[in-house]
Amino acid sequence: MAEQAQLLPGTLDLLILKAVSLGPLHGYGVLLRIEQISRGALSLEQGAVYPALFRLVRQGLLKATWGTSDNNRRAKFYELTAPGRKRLQEEMEGWDRLTAAIGFVLTARPEGT
Amino acid sequence: MRLLAYVQSLASRFLRRDQLEAEMVEELRAHVELRADDLVRSGMSRTAAERQARIEFGGHSRFKEEARDMVAGRVIETVVRDVQLSVRQLRKSPSFAIAAIVTLAMAIGANAVVFSAVNGLILRPLDLPNEQSLYVVERTADKSSSESYPNYVDLRDRTRSFESLAGFSPDQIWITSGATPSRAWAFQVTGNYFDALGIRPYLGRFFHATDEEGVNSAPYVVLSYPYWITHFDGNAAVIGRTVRINKQPYTIVGVTPEGFRGTILFFSPDLFVPLVNQPQLDGANQLTNRGQRLIAVIGHLKPGVTPAQAVAELDALGERLEKTYPRDNAKLHFMLGRPSLNGDALAGPMKAFLGGLMLLAALILVAACTNLGSLFAARAAERSREVALQLALGASRIRIIRQLLSEAVVIALIGGAVGLWGSVMVLHWLSVWHPFPQFPLNMPVAADARVYLVALALSVASGLVFGAVPLRQVLRTDPYAIIKAGAPADAPRRLTARDLLLVAQIAVCALLVTSSMVALRGLSRSLRADFGFDPRNVTLVETDLAMAGYRAADMPAMQRRMIDALQTIPGADAVALIGQAPPILFVSNGSRVFTETTPDLKPASAAAQAVMYSVSPDYFLAARTRLVSGRQFTWHDDASAPRVAIVNQVFARRMFGSPTGAIGRFYKMPDGARVQVVGMIPDGKNSLNLADEPQPAMFFPILQSPYSDTWLVIRSERDLSQLSTAIRAKLHELDPGLPSFIETWTTAMQAALFAPRMASLTLGVLGAMGAILSVTGIFGMAAYSLTKRLKELGIRVALGAPQREILRAALGRPFKVLLFGSAAGLVLGVLASRVLSFIVYQATPRDPIVLAGVVLAMFVVGLTATWIPARRALLVDPLILLRDE
Repeated sequence: MAEQAQLLPGTLDLLILKAVSLGPLHGYGVLLRIEQISRGALSLEQGAVYPALFRLVRQGLLKATWGTSDNNRRAKFYELTAPGRKRLQEEMEGWDRLTAAIGFVLTARPEGT
Repeated sequence: MRLLAYVQSLASRFLRRDQLEAEMVEELRAHVELRADDLVRSGMSRTAAERQARIEFGGHSRFKEEARDMVAGRVIETVVRDVQLSVRQLRKSPSFAIAAIVTLAMAIGANAVVFSAVNGLILRPLDLPNEQSLYVVERTADKSSSESYPNYVDLRDRTRSFESLAGFSPDQIWITSGATPSRAWAFQVTGNYFDALGIRPYLGRFFHATDEEGVNSAPYVVLSYPYWITHFDGNAAVIGRTVRINKQPYTIVGVTPEGFRGTILFFSPDLFVPLVNQPQLDGANQLTNRGQRLIAVIGHLKPGVTPAQAVAELDALGERLEKTYPRDNAKLHFMLGRPSLNGDALAGPMKAFLGGLMLLAALILVAACTNLGSLFAARAAERSREVALQLALGASRIRIIRQLLSEAVVIALIGGAVGLWGSVMVLHWLSVWHPFPQFPLNMPVAADARVYLVALALSVASGLVFGAVPLRQVLRTDPYAIIKAGAPADAPRRLTARDLLLVAQIAVCALLVTSSMVALRGLSRSLRADFGFDPRNVTLVETDLAMAGYRAADMPAMQRRMIDALQTIPGADAVALIGQAPPILFVSNGSRVFTETTPDLKPASAAAQAVMYSVSPDYFLAARTRLVSGRQFTWHDDASAPRVAIVNQVFARRMFGSPTGAIGRFYKMPDGARVQVVGMIPDGKNSLNLADEPQPAMFFPILQSPYSDTWLVIRSERDLSQLSTAIRAKLHELDPGLPSFIETWTTAMQAALFAPRMASLTLGVLGAMGAILSVTGIFGMAAYSLTKRLKELGIRVALGAPQREILRAALGRPFKVLLFGSAAGLVLGVLASRVLSFIVYQATPRDPIVLAGVVLAMFVVGLTATWIPARRALLVDPLILLRDE
């Protein structure tokens, strides 16, 4: 298993939106997919995902429907709405700018060398 | 979309509150199952896998709680959580919580008590059918509702405005239903009384106008419901039974309905007897005397008749009576009043007093709110770092405000509950309290739903008001600035609104303290006042020979025998008799008096209205009333001797122009009798209100103006219980059936001085409240300004400032506020005592003791209030403080 990374505050929503953007998922699926894509580096606290999902639904960024899972379990599936897609776009751009900026700062070398 | 989601969640609140929760549970279950499926796939047993899945997920509650918070609705859970949080916060600072709760409890309690009194005494009706059209007829001239029986009969028979006019007159009687007579209060009522009020008997029948066939024709008695229960065990068989009232046989015909308490609000008679039997009951016929104002007249207006029309008609009738009977009637103009407080006679002063109390109570509430406002502001300042931290961590300002407000409301509710509890205690005590053991007086002031409602509304409103004070402060908070630099130290401005508010509040409190001091001084003076007699070491024995069945001709001999018998008691220094009642105890009968040369004895030409007493020879000795000049009475001043009187100095001044040379001169009574003044006494006190100007008074020898209802006055150093045993034994020897009531003159005086003392007591309590409020107010301000300047003080200490400097810096401002406020309050108090002098005996604020007392009290207040902040200021440890910041 890869080394665990600390989740930055405020990034959970971004991760969820991204995970759901790849295709409708139930709550547990969201967890699995994030773990999977991050190759196990990001392990979410299970209890924290649902309040976030609920909040995103309330904000109209996600849509929830009841459906059946691959192994025939009834579960609630989440998919991205149009505003959700737009928000994901914005957040990703913001993230890129931030990481780039932090990257510059961190890779800076003493002047004159 | 957002709107849609919101509407959905709203809809779920209204349609199916539980649906959301059920869905949540369902989703979580799905999660656990899916996870368990995965674990089973990796080789775990099904049960172990499910267990593991549940553990991994952790507490469901957190999800539920956060989800719930986001849903519109669920108000109650949120409130409950806020309240829990507030209680936890308050428990962390108990001194703040206690100060706030005590302050508010006092204010709410005072308001609840005063409102209950208003509610019980003014707002509450008598509870009679169609009460809105029931009026009492009063004379405009003296605002008194008493009328003579002949005048009443004329008004009753001629009026067209009233359905029917009825009359009643309270009277104390002796009733014998078993072996020994017992005392009771009766209303002597006209035959149409019950019919005019429109009430039905609970049991048996009432007597009616048709039962009256002349004097002493209706020996019937109607019992009040409570008296029937307590004295006849609620036995229905008493109807038709004969009892003896003042030794005369009366038949019990009926019982009044349970809620009926007569027609004066806090005077509930035990029974009702026909007024036509008054001569038989009292031993002397007063029904034929048109000048003797005996009964209160009440009646329902006919439908469609306005009070103004009724008054016009009554005035016209009055004018005719004036013309027909000029000797007895003058200024017969009428007005209508509410019967519950017997018209303006009682309602006027009562309303004025209660109105004043309401004003003071409201002031106390306002003062309490400003106090709590500054306490809360101080607290918010102390917690500004905490609040800033919460803001920085993303708490919304709304949420923080909600927390502060819910803290205020929690305090308000607890304070309100404590205050209400206290007031219910006080009210219970008041409503079971019989201030005068001889009278059926009680105060119907128990708290009812209306009182609880008012207290609740006051609590919540005041909570929101004082909770709102620090809001601006919180809303302005810049979390980053505070966390970086600590609470902002306001540049000390010259004068802030808060300072002014506090000065005003201290002024109000100092005003309360001043008035209570003035009142207490007046009280202590009234205890040592010169009454014109000395009530100490005097025992009074009330007897009524008419009640005991004596005929007028036998009374003087019997009275003489009683005096002689009591004089044989060892230790009895002087024994005397006074007719009707000793001075001050009751408002005694008065009579117009005329100069000797007045030809026409009509009311308008009277020289004075004088209080009159009938006394036996040794009265002035027993009462220790000093004779200024002239002689005492002797037993030779009897019916066959020329009429004589002993008068006071005011009487002599009014009658003869000056007190000197009055001895030996004559004056005339309304019946034309010439009376010679043989002695003069100092003015003394004759009326219930000690603050009144001295009234003219005249004393007659009892043999010349006989009286059946008399008080024996016994001066003796002996102990009351021994003395009363001896007195009872002696009287029993004379006549076993003679009713008597024994008490000391001092005790009797206490009942008489009840009203002014009650007023003084009330003012005293309000003054104490004012003082306590000043303490919390100054405390709040000192604590606040100290917190704001703690850092500055730390630096001063670090730089080596002496303690005196530190104290001045920390507490100079609160002390200045206290100084200004107290001075203003003192000035207001001096002005207000003009008003006080109406109820308080010799109220004067220009009394060095009062002034010194107020200054001392306010100084103690300042010291108490600043003690804790001052200690904190002195203990400031610059190192900790600076490191902390």
